[in-house]
Amino acid sequence: MNNRLSQLFKQKTKNVLSIFFTAGFPSVNDTGVIARALEKAGADLIEIGIPFSDPIADGPVIQQSSKQALDQGMNLKLLLEQVKQLRSEVTLPVVLMGYINPILQYGIGNFCRDARAAGVDGVILPDLPLRDYNEHATLFHANDLSVIMLVTPATSDERIRLIDQASSGFLYAVSASSTTGARAGFTAEQEDYFRRLAGLGLRNPVLVGFGISNAATFQSACRYGAGAIVGSAFVSMLRNSTNLESDIITFVKAIRSVS
Amino acid sequence: MRRFQPNEEGYYGLFGGAYIPEMLFPNVEELRLRYQAIVGDAEFQREFETLLRHYVGRPTPLYQATRLSEVHRATIYLKREDLCHTGAHKVNNTIGQILLAKRLGKSKIIAETGAGQHGVATATVCALMGLECTIYMGQLDMERQRPNVERMKILGATVVPATSGNMTLKDATNEAMRHWINHPTDTHYIIGSVVGPHPYPDMVARFQSVISQEIRAQLTEQQGNPFPDYVVACVGGGSNAAGAFYHFLDEPHVHLIGAEAAGHGVESGESAATTALGRPGVLHGSKTLLMQTPDGQVIEPYSISAGLDYPGIGPLHAHLFESGRGQFLNATDEEAMKAGIELARLEGIIPAIETAHALAVLHQLEFSPDDVVVVNLSGRGDKDLETYIRWGRY
Ligand SMILES: Cc1ncc(COP(=O)(O)O)c(C=O)c1O
Repeated sequence: MNNRLSQLFKQKTKNVLSIFFTAGFPSVNDTGVIARALEKAGADLIEIGIPFSDPIADGPVIQQSSKQALDQGMNLKLLLEQVKQLRSEVTLPVVLMGYINPILQYGIGNFCRDARAAGVDGVILPDLPLRDYNEHATLFHANDLSVIMLVTPATSDERIRLIDQASSGFLYAVSASSTTGARAGFTAEQEDYFRRLAGLGLRNPVLVGFGISNAATFQSACRYGAGAIVGSAFVSMLRNSTNLESDIITFVKAIRSVS
Repeated sequence: MRRFQPNEEGYYGLFGGAYIPEMLFPNVEELRLRYQAIVGDAEFQREFETLLRHYVGRPTPLYQATRLSEVHRATIYLKREDLCHTGAHKVNNTIGQILLAKRLGKSKIIAETGAGQHGVATATVCALMGLECTIYMGQLDMERQRPNVERMKILGATVVPATSGNMTLKDATNEAMRHWINHPTDTHYIIGSVVGPHPYPDMVARFQSVISQEIRAQLTEQQGNPFPDYVVACVGGGSNAAGAFYHFLDEPHVHLIGAEAAGHGVESGESAATTALGRPGVLHGSKTLLMQTPDGQVIEPYSISAGLDYPGIGPLHAHLFESGRGQFLNATDEEAMKAGIELARLEGIIPAIETAHALAVLHQLEFSPDDVVVVNLSGRGDKDLETYIRWGRY
């Protein structure tokens, strides 16, 4: 595979910063604005959430942003058009993350084709079971889309290996058995889990997500894996932002700052 | 024989499965691997049957409703689930699941509730077993089912309002699932209907199947033949219907009729008639028929009855619908309210408004005089008195 994601991890295996935000939030047409600012700010990877009416794995911040985006008329078709447009300026890898139902209604085949055409590099579909993924695997591969799957502290080593085999791009290590949301720090147990992952010799680089909110949590996550993903903390910042571009640059700088 | 049983992965035809994020995988997998052995165990069965008999009050009567039969020109029996302890069929499932939770070593219980019947039934078994109980309930439902909220609190449960979406059953289910993701080890989630990821639909259907098991025995006793011509039940998620249909699924001469809530009318935009309006989709962990926009966003349903106010149906019912084994009709708020009051006047029974939808669709069926029809009277109307009073036309 030769997409932007695999390029990224060829060049960079430490301190990879991935930023998640909900498509169409704070305003419908902010998707491109935010992506451009993230590239300028020095993020490595962009994850864009496809809003869904019933996001059962999300905490209040992302739930709320999804609802607002949907109320403002955001949808998958529009998101794919926005990605296509932002590709004229943004070279960072773009991953779409979303619940499976909107994609099923779009048609998985149509989605893979249009995502590739728009310049999407990978997908994260948390509620798509391994069994169903395997059924559609060839479609994703044929369209050069990495499929990134989740593991949690409760996932057995054996199952982590299975998921690692089926995944490409990177492995998404959920930091705790929890819904999405910012946290102030990690427990010793969580650090043990990061260490366990690092010791498994997985074929994919590992990014830690859920609960990364500041420079401290970013650094401790980076100690064991290739990098980390910031979601809720970034979305909260967007909600209160009065100048998206400068606030995004400040935010990324703060996460990257070495204490 | 296995056409209407799920396969190993929980599929009924095209529907079912377990569409869950990895965070829920350990919990759901533990259930999948263990439920059959636990439920099949003789000691479990003995305990389950003893509680159903001496605590719930089973078997519930199968009552031949003479005056209602005259109106419909057929022999109509009412399966009196309304006489179960706590007032509805929901307790059959909560007894089963609390026994299961204990065997899984769980100390805390969560549940979602719409009408509050499942919440009350869950709070009841938690009190019985001394387990901590948290119930999620849509804020709108908390207002329209006030007495049930207080009943849950008297029983010692914590009731948490769900304030997202339309603040009804779907949103309460989202909140319960999030709670389970955040408390995976010590908590069992007692889902209240034949919905959710595999193995819930099968597990709940089995616990409710006592309804049709009794119907068969009671019909044999009362008319010398275990088979009715029709079984009619209302469908929210579909647990009372699954229980009433279960032992007739492989008897094609028994017509299985599901009654959905049409709200203000199927085409009104304010309805919960899933088979009429839904397309295949994924919600709350299973693939099923789902009311949704072309973009795949779940549509907020509407019904006067909180227990039917849900945008999906269990995967078994989606399969019964698609395969033609089941027939699904619907009744509007108005038709249901009239049918509820009709039953009160003809038989001296005030039904739950959910149940009234099953009574309403009797008017849409053409019976011949020797037809035997069993209506599953899923619950009593005590919790709905305020709605009846507000309706006023009695
Ligand atoms: C009396 C009664 N009947 C029916 C239902 C609908 O649920 P189900 O379709 O799972 O039987 C409810 C739900 O609260 C109920 O309280």
